[in-house]
Amino acid sequence: MKQAVPTASPRVGRPGIAWAVPGVLFFVLFAVGPMVLVGYLSFTSWDGLGDFPSVSGTGNWERLFEDPTMRQAIWLSVLLTGVSWLIQTPVALLLGVWSAGRQRNRAVLSAIFFLPLLASSVALALLWKSLLDPNFGLIAEIGPWLGIEDGNLLGTGDGAFAAVAFVAAWQFIPFHTLLYQGGARQIPKSFYEAASIDGASTVRQFFSITLPQLRNTIVTSSVLMVVGALTFFDTVLILTEGGPGTDTTIVPYLMYETGFQAYDMGYASAIATTLVIVATAISLLMVRATGFSKMRSTREGM
Amino acid sequence: MRTAVQGSAVRGRKGFGRRHAATLTAAVLAASVLTACGSGGPGEEEAGGTLEVWVYQDASTKVQREAVERFNKTSDVKAKLVEVPGEGYQDKMRSAMGTPNAPDVFFNWGGGSISNFVEKDMLVDLTPEIQKDEKLKDAFLPSILNAGKVNDKIYGVPMRGMQPVVLFYNKDVFEKAGAQPPESWDDLLDLVDTFKKEGVTPFALAGTDAWTELMWVEYLLDRIGGAEVFQRIQDGDSSAWGDPAVLKTAETIRDLVDRGAFGKNYASVNYTADGASTLFAKGKAAMHLMGSWEYSNQQANQKEFAEKGLGWTTFPALPDGEGDPKNVVGNPTNFWSVSSKLKGAEREAALEFVKTAAEDWYAEALVDNGDVPTTSGSEDMLAGHPAPDYALFQYDLVRDAPNFTLSWDQALPAQQASPMLTNIQKLFNKQLSPEEFVDAMKALK
Repeated sequence: MKQAVPTASPRVGRPGIAWAVPGVLFFVLFAVGPMVLVGYLSFTSWDGLGDFPSVSGTGNWERLFEDPTMRQAIWLSVLLTGVSWLIQTPVALLLGVWSAGRQRNRAVLSAIFFLPLLASSVALALLWKSLLDPNFGLIAEIGPWLGIEDGNLLGTGDGAFAAVAFVAAWQFIPFHTLLYQGGARQIPKSFYEAASIDGASTVRQFFSITLPQLRNTIVTSSVLMVVGALTFFDTVLILTEGGPGTDTTIVPYLMYETGFQAYDMGYASAIATTLVIVATAISLLMVRATGFSKMRSTREGM
Repeated sequence: MRTAVQGSAVRGRKGFGRRHAATLTAAVLAASVLTACGSGGPGEEEAGGTLEVWVYQDASTKVQREAVERFNKTSDVKAKLVEVPGEGYQDKMRSAMGTPNAPDVFFNWGGGSISNFVEKDMLVDLTPEIQKDEKLKDAFLPSILNAGKVNDKIYGVPMRGMQPVVLFYNKDVFEKAGAQPPESWDDLLDLVDTFKKEGVTPFALAGTDAWTELMWVEYLLDRIGGAEVFQRIQDGDSSAWGDPAVLKTAETIRDLVDRGAFGKNYASVNYTADGASTLFAKGKAAMHLMGSWEYSNQQANQKEFAEKGLGWTTFPALPDGEGDPKNVVGNPTNFWSVSSKLKGAEREAALEFVKTAAEDWYAEALVDNGDVPTTSGSEDMLAGHPAPDYALFQYDLVRDAPNFTLSWDQALPAQQASPMLTNIQKLFNKQLSPEEFVDAMKALK
């Protein structure tokens, strides 16, 4: 038995480079290639028709820094990211920890909670659009109670933004709950048993055991949430069309509108490139800052 | 989603036709696919081969299907109809045009929807063809043929029904208030007060879909300054936005908003999910300025109202307005255009094919389908229309119109249309003052 170990170890641990080829090819073809092209397009002026355009200078980039709509879009994207994180993280964390319990009622309720995750985001946005119709939707009934006169929610800048943030939360909380549920179930029971013997209350157990143990899950979930919010698109397209005016025109929607409604591919590419750079930078920064890349064990001493 | 009737045939850019979300990846991919194909250059067609004919798929497609069948019976070059599901038509057409897979003959909205193709010399100029054929020249109503022009040349043959914008009113609501449909601007302003007192929204307006607000701006500018003002804008003179008539239009809009003509929550009302139309049909709003497809839309969703309660009239003149009150705005019709990559016999065949739209049987087929054809002298046919009164009203309206202004979002190049709609929405929402609106429009390039 002991002899088998040295012969097996050098090859088993690391598969050959050939294994990575399909993945790398796919990534190059469908991610790196387009990104390089978009980077190139950002230096051209192209309406999407005819021959591949030649470089026409840095006009798009100069416009990018002066464009008030872009400035507003960046602010809205940052705001949406922040608001999404603040709403979704606490709710998903609590729900996830709660649903990690093995009781039957919790299992049934979690199954119901996860339903929004199964529907397409287009369908959900259409559903909410109907619910938020100021004359015939749910908002017409409950709006006055919530201080929304005449159900005029989507027609006001703040209201429309809140609606987008809310629908995003409603849609994505189940996913993050699932992450936290998985994370919470990984925590060894012995921790809680030991804590109970020491007389720690449930609340104390949550803050001293569950929360620290979920550290890596929180980081994963936050990175996904932030990157997701930065590239959030379909709900805005259907629910508000970036309106009223440009009050919900976040960066991805501005990119779509510029590229596929105004057919200004050059400027749209400049917006897209900015988005790629910013989103990559933020996620790298988050991973660094939280020490996620080191993957330190949270169970040292076990 | 139910209302894929004619409304969806009209709106390519915003609202309709954009409901299917493209993900970021898809957008990036599409850009790369476009570029990859764009460098290919036009492909060779086989001799005596086929014509690929693209059409927007909806309830009216069966007329084009019949046209293709009839054409193939006599022609050596066969036409092949490709029916593109409505929602994606404009995207697909736009993407394909730069590639070897471009259609030979295709459905479009005229004006701005093809002006980029004209710039790139991708379409056949049909002006000489139509000029030399006396019968063809007179086959269509002049205002329709003019509305589809680009740079004063004809690139499209009208091939579907007309869709002017009409002022609809709810007969029951009018009766209850003892009111008459407006004949002048003062009537209209009085009606605003009348209905406000009745607790009814005077005009249904779908403020989340900016193109419905555009209809108001189009009619007002036409009545105040005449069709010439927008014609100048359409011809590329962006300083024409500085015309006093544009400011007056913006001020009039603001005045209507302040008077409560559209109610209080119009900014949240949609058209695409039937918000405004239902409001109107249920009698919560008295009037609705909308494209002529509103009739079939109501018929599909509120049948009883469409048959008994729906009235229609023209947009009134404004005091001191310079525009002819007979002018119309909206979507004149759809057009067939021919790709310039076709040569020789195939080009001949394509021209023959598009001319079928001028034939009598074609117009009759349109009438049977519930459309109002754009051919001249078709009054008599309209007796066979499912709603003869309504059809005749539209037909007379358009026939007698000195000018039919194409919807601005279709007439202007896409680069300007999209920010224009945003600015109009901001004007209605009081996010822009009339003066700021004019400045923002002048800045469009």
